[in-house]
Amino acid sequence: MTETATETVATAAATIDVVIDRVETAADQVVSLVLRRLDGEPFQPWQPGAHIDVHLGEGLVRQYSLCSPLEELDHLRIGVLRVPDSRGGSRAVHELEAGSPLTISEPRNNFPMLDSRRYLFVAGGIGITPLIPMIEAAEKAGKDWQLVYGGRSRGTMAFADRLLERYGPDRIQIIAEDEAGRMDLDAILGLPRAHMLVYACGPSGLLGAIEERCMGWPPGALHTERFVASALGAGAASEPFEVELARTGTTVTVPTDKSILDAVEEVGVRVLSSCRGGLCGTCETQIISGEPEHRDAVLSEEDREAGEVMLVCVSRAAAGCPRLVLDL
Amino acid sequence: MTAMTHEPAVLADDPFDTANILDPYPFLARLRDAGPVSYLESTGSYAVAGYQEVYEVLTDFETYISSGGLGPRDIRKDSGWRPPSILESDPPIHTVMRRALTGVINPGTVRALRGPFTPPAVELTEELARRDRFDAVTDLAEKYPLRVFPDAVGIPDEGREHLLPYGNMVFNAFGPENYIFQQAFAHGDEHAAAVMRNCERENLSDTGFGARIWDRVQEGLITGQQATLLVRALLSAGVDTTVFGIGNTLSVLARYPEAWARLRANPKMARFAVDEALRVESPFQKFHRTVAVDTELGGVKIPAGAKVLVFIGAANRDPRRWGDSADEFDLDRSASGHVAFGMGLHQCVGQPIARLEMEIVLQQLLERVATIEPDGEPVPILHNVLRGFESLPVRITAA
Repeated sequence: MTETATETVATAAATIDVVIDRVETAADQVVSLVLRRLDGEPFQPWQPGAHIDVHLGEGLVRQYSLCSPLEELDHLRIGVLRVPDSRGGSRAVHELEAGSPLTISEPRNNFPMLDSRRYLFVAGGIGITPLIPMIEAAEKAGKDWQLVYGGRSRGTMAFADRLLERYGPDRIQIIAEDEAGRMDLDAILGLPRAHMLVYACGPSGLLGAIEERCMGWPPGALHTERFVASALGAGAASEPFEVELARTGTTVTVPTDKSILDAVEEVGVRVLSSCRGGLCGTCETQIISGEPEHRDAVLSEEDREAGEVMLVCVSRAAAGCPRLVLDL
Repeated sequence: MTAMTHEPAVLADDPFDTANILDPYPFLARLRDAGPVSYLESTGSYAVAGYQEVYEVLTDFETYISSGGLGPRDIRKDSGWRPPSILESDPPIHTVMRRALTGVINPGTVRALRGPFTPPAVELTEELARRDRFDAVTDLAEKYPLRVFPDAVGIPDEGREHLLPYGNMVFNAFGPENYIFQQAFAHGDEHAAAVMRNCERENLSDTGFGARIWDRVQEGLITGQQATLLVRALLSAGVDTTVFGIGNTLSVLARYPEAWARLRANPKMARFAVDEALRVESPFQKFHRTVAVDTELGGVKIPAGAKVLVFIGAANRDPRRWGDSADEFDLDRSASGHVAFGMGLHQCVGQPIARLEMEIVLQQLLERVATIEPDGEPVPILHNVLRGFESLPVRITAA
């Protein structure tokens, strides 16, 4: 990832023309799109947790996690839940038809899977998608892993049957709220395990509850991906941005595949950091101007709203904010 | 498990004898040379001295458990001198207590302390900068945390004099019941009773961390008894360690005048200086874990029930992790990854508070003191597990 950084900056806006090979109903209100390159070439290899931008016309860009097999690079698969009150992204996706052309970005990863001996995956609803390639990778590497997948009802839970069939009930726990109530997070997360990382994706209420419980786990054990809905538009990861280091007097471009922390350290500016995963708070940095998109699990809601500090190991500039000025 | 195991080197050295306490580093180097894991005849425990192996013990909390206590005795068989603390517990008991504490002490809540923590540092350093010489431990390191930390927890003024002696008891009990231990416990009941009184809700102010911990009882997360134990944990672990952290940082910087000059030019580097100083002069040098199941570490088989003695001070100077200059303080080194605050499940919850106190006091001193150098030999403290100084005379020039 690092060696192509400069190139990525130059080509950050680069897009790929694809054709929609198939549109499948993955669950109630969830469609699954299979995409192939228009030129027939394979896609570049990508890592579990990666997403693509989907350009939906009229400037509408949305990010969707990839959930196709890692080794089958002839296609990419995304799963999209139709959200009734969304600003139109999911509705536009649900109107797409097989055979239509579409513009997407190269796969990018803001939710990388770190190496560990054990994994616990927790999915809420459509949050299952980035976890599917992680599960595949964990299984292939012979890791000890479990998935707990909760949803409103079985009919709404995309890929649940397929996962259950492939990996079996010892690995996969499906919890449909209409049958068994909500996921019992106290039971699921009540006993931290050594060398186990928790990867969770789902609605922010669920992730908040998971974060609360993981305060009893080793710092750095929990990794989450939030469904981002910045007031300024689509999630920020689709664009590189500039960070002005007020004290150092330099400006650094942060490419899409790098953290502010990495980019800043590369120009020789030191930032005290520890977990580098948005969990310990060591790299907290004052914001002088600009709007951040917080991706950490440390700052409170009040902190986020105040916008005075950010954790530069994971958080980024909000979409529509091309420049952050930081006290570095 | 790897196939190749070997018998551990057996060492006759006693890590708790006076010479090895007062100057630990030659002993720690011998220990590392003997292998990452060796056996100590004097204590009947396995010594873990390699960085990688120490990291493994700290992060594998299922194999290397804490409920056996941090001292040489297994307190599961032979109850300890006080009800077990969060530090002496394993999941799931540990889990709710840790949740409660992390919810109260985190970067967001600690950030708000910079304001109230600054004026006492200004006041103390202003006074010291008017002198030619002072004792960096008794005049500063021992004073500052006591000026700010008890208020942050919210304990009454009455009884604060028991905090340092109580911390001294708690940490010395992580070593054997030797002469040092006996000294620390000489008025033990009195100190313990005074500290326990300050852990009760009715004796805590409404605004401190103590009251916030008791809020978690209202929410049903923890019991009143657990709240008492958590406030006790703050009071026992939050003072001595920071006193030694400040003292040890200054003991290092007094020997590195170039680093002091660079820090004065760029006081924002103070936090890096503190971090690197904590690596080379780690306040919490060693403690025990108990092995829950037969295991293997650094090529050595360790049976269930054995005690391992984890040498933080050795790991933080392991040349295999830090290079040939591991013993040297280097302002440009990234000390990230040091285990001075532990690592993993039991990693110090108070870390952001300790770092804030150390950074503030150092920055205030840098502002007012142009040069600082040793004024005679520092006097290391005789302590079973903490490394620090009871006296650190320095000579300064004011800025």
